[in-house]
Amino acid sequence: MMTTTDLETRNAAPRPDNQDAALFGQTPWQTVGPYFHYGLPWKGGADLVERSEMGARPDLMPPEHFLLSGSNVSGTPEGEVIALAGCVYDAAGKPIEDAMIEIWQANAAGRYASPDDLREEVALDRHFVGFGRASTDKDGVYRFRTIRPGRVPGPGNSLQAPHIALSVFGRGLLKRLPTRLYFADGAGNETDPILNLVPEARRRTLIAQRQPDGTWWLDINLAGENETVFFDM
Amino acid sequence: MSRLILPYAAPDGGQPSSLFPDYRSTVARSPRHQPIAIPQTLTEVTGPSDWSRLMGPAMADLTTQHKAEPQGQRIVVTGRVLDEDGRPVPNTVVEIWQANAAGRYIHAKDDWPAPLDPNFTGVGRVVTDGEGRYRYVTIRPGAYPWGNHKNAWRPAHIHLSLLGPAFATRLVTQMYFPDDPLIEIDPIANAVPMPYRQRMVSRFDIGTTVPNWALGYVFDIVLKGRDQTPFEDEHDDDH
Repeated sequence: MMTTTDLETRNAAPRPDNQDAALFGQTPWQTVGPYFHYGLPWKGGADLVERSEMGARPDLMPPEHFLLSGSNVSGTPEGEVIALAGCVYDAAGKPIEDAMIEIWQANAAGRYASPDDLREEVALDRHFVGFGRASTDKDGVYRFRTIRPGRVPGPGNSLQAPHIALSVFGRGLLKRLPTRLYFADGAGNETDPILNLVPEARRRTLIAQRQPDGTWWLDINLAGENETVFFDM
Repeated sequence: MSRLILPYAAPDGGQPSSLFPDYRSTVARSPRHQPIAIPQTLTEVTGPSDWSRLMGPAMADLTTQHKAEPQGQRIVVTGRVLDEDGRPVPNTVVEIWQANAAGRYIHAKDDWPAPLDPNFTGVGRVVTDGEGRYRYVTIRPGAYPWGNHKNAWRPAHIHLSLLGPAFATRLVTQMYFPDDPLIEIDPIANAVPMPYRQRMVSRFDIGTTVPNWALGYVFDIVLKGRDQTPFEDEHDDDH
């Protein structure tokens, strides 16, 4: 006698997986692990100004496996071109060579290249996206080339000081660590609504200093005496 | 002014804490201060949206990137990206990376002596459609040992990275496979308590399975939600 399999009834039982409506909610964070270098940072991802190969660690994989293409950013954005860099340290002060840094920022006029920035009176820059990604190098150093951001509004009628939103990812980090980079000579640092939520003694962990070669330098200390201020948003 | 704001809400227990000593690497790398809660400014409610311009084209099939087919069992993974109110999140890039069928990454620092597969890199990216759906083709990754503790093995998993509509909705997670006994003894998965750990477990689905070609798995991803409250409202200012 012929039998048939009714797939509808065979697959209908409730299952303890993420399709269970009783478990619906934010998906948990997990670490990027030590091997993200061929999956996340792409060549050019750390250069928000011109086309270059900044941002990736092609030394960590065979060349034929480097599939991530460079960014298609074209033309030169408006504003002051700056170099950003810093070293990522663990609790013992040891540089971390398997960390990844992401940045998100406004353009020189203070406008975000996002459909949710509705301020048409502030100019978009079609040559500037404002998002970048860099892996740390063998010495634990991240590097970006970008545009110095303009000021953007804060809560109420406040104005935020020029800043770059920044996240840290890596092995041993179950969740990203969001923070911000401000500039030592930035207009409005004293009245910035976010900096003012930070205890005064710790604000310096968010403020990049200009080096003799012009690079804006901000170390990130995941823990320890100079632990960087991280945010919950 | 932006009309969007992401309300600051306490997590429901489904997020791991930064420090989870059973996962040894967290000890030297976790902040000891509590993170400082900040209001959602324009910086946090905005995010990049033009993915092809930033990163190049989509790479939805991880089995056709080299000269021949990779070793292992071909699978299709599909699902929706939703916000915590269940609304679809369109135009979100889902980045994918994983080990090969033997549990080996192509990474230079992976010295576990399982075979490398010259036809598998294990990297892809797809963008969600208007209904928040994504779909990619790959091979089922293998489990692999790691040095966390005696006889430590990572369950088979696929790493997933999403940014969503805003800097505040950023998410990196791992998708696990149903009926894998290693999940319950893995410190990284166990950093998320039950029952929330199950949010990282995909479902085998015969409807997604392609006859004579690939097994199908369904995995929905839920990002932090967003609200329509303008941030000029006073109750948003008094954080």
